[in-house]
Amino acid sequence: MASVVESKKSCTVNPLKMSQPLGASFAFLGLDACMPVMHGSQGCTSFGLVLLVRHFKEAIPLQTTAMNEVTSILGGYDNIEAALLNIRKRAAPKVIAICSTGLTETKGDDVDGYIVTVRKRKPELDDTEIVYVSTPDYVGAFEDGYKHAITAIVKALVKPLPVKADQITLLPGSHLSPGDIDELREIIESFGLSSIVLPDISGSLDGHIAPDWRGTTLGGTTLEQIRAAGGSAFTLGVGEQTREGAEALREIAGTPLEIFERLTGLEVNDRFLQRLAQISGKPVPAKYRRQRSQLLDAMLDGHFYTGGVKVAIGAEPDLLLAVGGLLHEMGAELRCCISTTKSPAHALLPAEQVVLGDLEDLERGAADAGCDLLITHSHGRQAAERLNKPLLRIGFPVFDRIGNAHRRMVGYRGTMDFIFEIANLMIDQIVHHHPGDWPLTPEAAAAAAPSAGAGCCGTPLTPTTLAEASA
Amino acid sequence: MSVSLKAKIAEVFEEPGCDKNQGKTEKERKKGCTKQLNPGAAAGGCAFDGAKIALQPVVDVAHLVHGPIACEGNSWDNRHSASSGSQLYRTGFTTDINELDVIYGGEKRLFKSIREIIDKYDPPAVFVYQTCVTALVGDDIEAVCQRATEKFGKPIIPVNAPGFAGPKNLGNKLGAEALLDYVIGTVEPEFTTPYDINIIGEYNLVGELWQVKPLLDALGIRILSCISGDGRYNEVASAHRAKVNMMVCSKSMINIATKMEQRWGIPYFEGSFYGIGDMSDTLRQIATLLVKQGAPADLLERTERLIAVEEARAWERIAHYKTRLTGKRALLITGGVKSWSVVAALQEAGIEIAGTSVKKSTKEDKEKIKEIMGDDAHMIDDMTPREMYNMLRDARADIMLSGGRSQFVALKARMPWLDINQERHHPYGGYEGMVELVREIDRAIYNPVWQQVRIPAPWGDDGETLGAVPTAAIPEVPAQGMGFLADIAAKAMGLEPEEIPV
Ligand code: SF4
Repeated sequence: MASVVESKKSCTVNPLKMSQPLGASFAFLGLDACMPVMHGSQGCTSFGLVLLVRHFKEAIPLQTTAMNEVTSILGGYDNIEAALLNIRKRAAPKVIAICSTGLTETKGDDVDGYIVTVRKRKPELDDTEIVYVSTPDYVGAFEDGYKHAITAIVKALVKPLPVKADQITLLPGSHLSPGDIDELREIIESFGLSSIVLPDISGSLDGHIAPDWRGTTLGGTTLEQIRAAGGSAFTLGVGEQTREGAEALREIAGTPLEIFERLTGLEVNDRFLQRLAQISGKPVPAKYRRQRSQLLDAMLDGHFYTGGVKVAIGAEPDLLLAVGGLLHEMGAELRCCISTTKSPAHALLPAEQVVLGDLEDLERGAADAGCDLLITHSHGRQAAERLNKPLLRIGFPVFDRIGNAHRRMVGYRGTMDFIFEIANLMIDQIVHHHPGDWPLTPEAAAAAAPSAGAGCCGTPLTPTTLAEASA
Repeated sequence: MSVSLKAKIAEVFEEPGCDKNQGKTEKERKKGCTKQLNPGAAAGGCAFDGAKIALQPVVDVAHLVHGPIACEGNSWDNRHSASSGSQLYRTGFTTDINELDVIYGGEKRLFKSIREIIDKYDPPAVFVYQTCVTALVGDDIEAVCQRATEKFGKPIIPVNAPGFAGPKNLGNKLGAEALLDYVIGTVEPEFTTPYDINIIGEYNLVGELWQVKPLLDALGIRILSCISGDGRYNEVASAHRAKVNMMVCSKSMINIATKMEQRWGIPYFEGSFYGIGDMSDTLRQIATLLVKQGAPADLLERTERLIAVEEARAWERIAHYKTRLTGKRALLITGGVKSWSVVAALQEAGIEIAGTSVKKSTKEDKEKIKEIMGDDAHMIDDMTPREMYNMLRDARADIMLSGGRSQFVALKARMPWLDINQERHHPYGGYEGMVELVREIDRAIYNPVWQQVRIPAPWGDDGETLGAVPTAAIPEVPAQGMGFLADIAAKAMGLEPEEIPV
């Protein structure tokens, strides 16, 4: 429903957006025994690393090809080769996943070609899979990088296999937390289906204490699982950003697919469970029937606090739709919606307009529309402070809260958790009134004064006139 | 690389005040900080990052990053450099260039961005940062800034330190060069006093400058400008009228100190706010230099009196922790001056130093460590995360003090960790800060959570396989009497423990 407009500004103020290579690295972090590498100068990696660490409070494996000015101009073959060999030697990952950056894209490095050459020259890399994705910083946003990374993984590693009727592939969007992925896996498995989650940050970034110290990711989708995806009976994607990957799977292995535009909300989850029942030939388990009715109750309890609330949301497209869609269903008004990049998801958003912009747009939009609630990542805290409005933190990065890995927003249960979170936040905003809160206008006070006769002649009421009047 | 940038980098490498560089041979120096990093085994920020760290604490100017979204979008709002006024420095400005800008050049967009910032925010100046992509496509930010300066009648300062020029510390210096070329000396202060000093290389992280400023205030010493913590554009621009420069020992902006000496004859010294002895030395040095420069001589006496009072108070407050911390071992993974300057305070509290890293330390730093700790047995040159992990897991240290990067090494080994680098939330400057540091160490080590997280799972498949600290190695936590609770209660009330009536 929403129409998309692009911010007309030359200068982005308080960015909402993050870059493609970071989104791609995020996806690669969901592969087991993987080392993501940014092909670029080392600062890009360092910035990405800091954000990931602050969000997940975890050690994050992420490397750089450490390009400098000279190598950038000469081309990055040597650096890619050196990086691959070094990483192989130090951390022995099963997969090394490379994403390009603005720098190497501007130069026009042919990384696909480099990899072919490295393969020929360096047999010691034979036991390591290499995945490459092109992600220039000056195109698209975080979600686009993530999207292309899934496609790249599929294209590099999946081959058709005989179909297993009870196995499905789940492609989670980048807006799902490890907790969300666990929730979906549990739902899928409750139908007797097995699932391959790609990528699966619930294995690597769910905040656990690992047995030892390894240089690579600790958990996530294994190589065997990725390959096995060629035999899944169905692909389920969450978020428009997974469509490209799902379609790649269909092209390679002929797997039918369905993309759920979101899994936060009642009706979408109904459809999801229906679909699972249909694929598995099993009825919806009692547990979820029960959860559905709990969600209904939560929606009823919650609507008092969400109805009529004017919200301003800044988020990547799929997350914007998930949160905005639910809030709309709970009676809130989406007055100001800011996103980072183009996506078919925007067309589904129950708002008038989506602006591809920054947090300055969000702040001004929220102020103009008199919004009661701001919803965006942690960078929104300055705007919220200035506007003196509550901030609900969502998405990535949320660096000033802990527990992000376990926060749930999908399924009946996750939807319910999220409703409680918003409603409780709004309950905190309920104003407590004081005797002086509703002063009359001076006109009203004057009109109501006893010597209305005197008042009509324009004489102001003073003690003397009052005394005279009563005399 | 533009010719001007090349010249700048060469100049920075010639830096006479940087003994790290002077210690190198001619050839090494040429290579300088641009030595090839190891692809696939490198860590750390880029030159742009360094320049931004150095200059962003100037709080009232707009910091505009010219490049694709990566550079600013992935990094803004990331540091705790505190401001006592304007918050403009926390606003993330970037040209966020797109494909067309890459093809046709981003200069137009940059110019328009500057105009938008001036229209909307009207800062006293705009700092424009070059980054890799815009440097590679050849955007001439110096020219754009010059044109914008003329057009808008405001200083628009180019900061030419694209990421690929080198690592973070080179960026610090290039940022400083921008100040030398375009800012310092361009404004006259309203008035001067014989007690005016500049502090260079202090970023006021978590407000540390404010732990020191009251001491200077009490002596009547005025910080004419701090470069750049809690700095104001006009203060920095008038810094050339100070009588003395203090260089905070991280040598990140040594070029400012040496060039100001050449240009305006301002003497400088290197000092530190970390560690009690160092804080006192710093006060002495400031006073001595000011008197040499013409300040009344009684400043020296007053300084000594202040030092005596402050030191006594600090040692007494640290001694308070002695019984609880005696025999505890700390692993110190930090850089440069901090690898030794905090040691005295820790030792005073009874803490042993299990090791201190010297990876980023100079020869002098190492000498000092030897001096304080007797030998060099505790110096750690380079430690892999796995070695740190093993050391902690085997309980050869009771706490690790380091930067955020390695925090999980300690936490995953289920050992206490304290941030002493730039993302920390507690200020450790001056006399106040050292007491705070010891208090934080105490709070970390004595948190009962350590006993909890080391409990092996009853079903036995946890403790060993997950690398928990072997039960025998768990340090005994003394019975927690009321003393411990009083501490917590005191903290909760914002009081000193000793202020609590027993
Ligand atoms: S390395 Fe270059 S592109 Fe990357 S963050 Fe630094 S300046 Fe930006």
